[in-house]
Amino acid sequence: MSALTTDWNLGTSGDDVYAALVEAHEGLSDEDCRRLDVRLILMLANHIGDVRVICDALKRAREGL
Amino acid sequence: MARYEYRPFDYQKPPELSGTPARRRPVIIAGAGPVGLAAAIDLALHGVACVVLDDNNIVSRGSRAICWSKRTLEIFDRLGVGERMVAKGVTWKVGRLYHGEREVYSFDLLPEEGHKNPAFINLQQYYVEQYLVERAREFPQFIELRFKNKVVDVKQTNDNVRAEVETPDGRYTLQADYLLACDGAHSPIRSMLGLTFRSRVFEEQFLITDIEMKADFPSERWFWFDPPFHNGQSALLHKQPDDIYRIDLQLPADADPETEKRLENVIPRIQAVVGERPFEIDWTSLYRFQCARIDRFVHGRVIFAGDSAHVVSPFGARGGNGGIQDVDNLVWKLAAVLQGQAPAGLIETYNEERVHGADENILNSSRATNFMTPKSGFEHMLRNEVLTMAKDFPFARRLVNSGRLSLPCSLAGFSLQLDDDPDMQGPMVPGAACLDAPVFDEGGKAGWLLNRLGGEFKLIRFGAPLPGCGVSQIVIAGLPIDGFETLADDTDLVAQRYGGRDGAAYLIRPDQHVAARFAQPTPEKIAQALARARGLEAA
Repeated sequence: MSALTTDWNLGTSGDDVYAALVEAHEGLSDEDCRRLDVRLILMLANHIGDVRVICDALKRAREGL
Repeated sequence: MARYEYRPFDYQKPPELSGTPARRRPVIIAGAGPVGLAAAIDLALHGVACVVLDDNNIVSRGSRAICWSKRTLEIFDRLGVGERMVAKGVTWKVGRLYHGEREVYSFDLLPEEGHKNPAFINLQQYYVEQYLVERAREFPQFIELRFKNKVVDVKQTNDNVRAEVETPDGRYTLQADYLLACDGAHSPIRSMLGLTFRSRVFEEQFLITDIEMKADFPSERWFWFDPPFHNGQSALLHKQPDDIYRIDLQLPADADPETEKRLENVIPRIQAVVGERPFEIDWTSLYRFQCARIDRFVHGRVIFAGDSAHVVSPFGARGGNGGIQDVDNLVWKLAAVLQGQAPAGLIETYNEERVHGADENILNSSRATNFMTPKSGFEHMLRNEVLTMAKDFPFARRLVNSGRLSLPCSLAGFSLQLDDDPDMQGPMVPGAACLDAPVFDEGGKAGWLLNRLGGEFKLIRFGAPLPGCGVSQIVIAGLPIDGFETLADDTDLVAQRYGGRDGAAYLIRPDQHVAARFAQPTPEKIAQALARARGLEAA
């Protein structure tokens, strides 16, 4: 198992990823923005495939609220 | 410290208006800003004469472009003004980012040693222009500076380009092989040619102010998102020479420019930034962000460079720096064409390479502007969470975007460069701008690699010379070799940065970009790369 990576892992694509996130939400209602995010979370969770990593990310994301 | 003293340049009645018959010139440059002046000096260094025309007779009013990047300083150094600029400028490499009251993180732009020039200096545009004018005057046989000479019409044929010029003494016509339009963001020549400046204007306005103030602030770039002292979304504080500080404050999109520019409205905003310290306002301006460029930079015999060709939002130091890099890319090509060493098509590669550079600058500037001025609810939330998470999560810090500071763009894949040699390693791929490194000459004197490159094609060879290549060579070797320029790499930084195993060779363009590299070069391979890089052989 690998631990949750919080160091930089986006190579030279950080600004591309940020712009893609913004673009994907463009023109959507608040409700549709939330649906998009949920769909995205599910897809990325499946891609990660490691429940410990996912739970660690959820915990740490929630701690900052 | 006395504030900058503006001294007007002398206007002289042009000889064409005193009965001297007009001579055809190789090059007319319209605009004596940093870009036009740098082009004039670079042309002179290549032995090409030019006339520089400017409608004004004074350096830039206000500091305007202040942030000069390492690559630009390297170009200025090649032009013979870099050391003076670095000596006068405020050198900085640390940037601090704040979100509200809290420091989010700081970055160091040049963490490694072994480069002649710093990551950045801040130097007011008026000093840059003054130094360039003084340098240009060291080439009286090549450069004619004509102030209060305004280009009012441009006409071209297949054979020549003619500029109609208006002066206090009347009008005259100048004829030339090429005209460089370095006449700024509002370029009259662009309008004369009827070219569309495709633009994207951002809604937010920025109040930009230079103040004179005694303060012991370090030489760092301080940027605030949601500053506690200002009700706008962002603020920037930057130090310049002569106790001048630049303060940029974002204003609401609907703020009235005329109201905001009034001193009684500016002063309280500045007081909120600097506290109780006494200060005087030196210059103030209000602007909206804009990104724009023309479709092509080369229009027959009229060539656009700098802001006349492209403008970007600030906060990335890409305006002035982009313009100087245009000049660096263009002038050796123009000189080669004018001197009959290359076909006119070589100039087309300036269009190809610098349109690419401008697009890269526009993309980066637009993204920084978007980060600073989020539009939708989602974008706002995304931006703020990145800033909040940056405190605890290293990855989030790199998503924070207060301007990705200008780096030289890579020319990899364009028509003048060869494909990389698969046996070569390291970042100096064909198209990359050369990295500097300390070197020692034949007498053991310390110097810098970049000072030995540029202006003409050069071959860097590791270990031993490669005779018969038809290009001047630098040999990187421990002991001097008779008949060749030999440099010792005592710190091993040349070898590290260039992946320089013995026998490897780099062909370097006159603008200090790599044209080709070879693990096992032969004179034939070098000759082929050279022909390609000179535009003599199609890709």
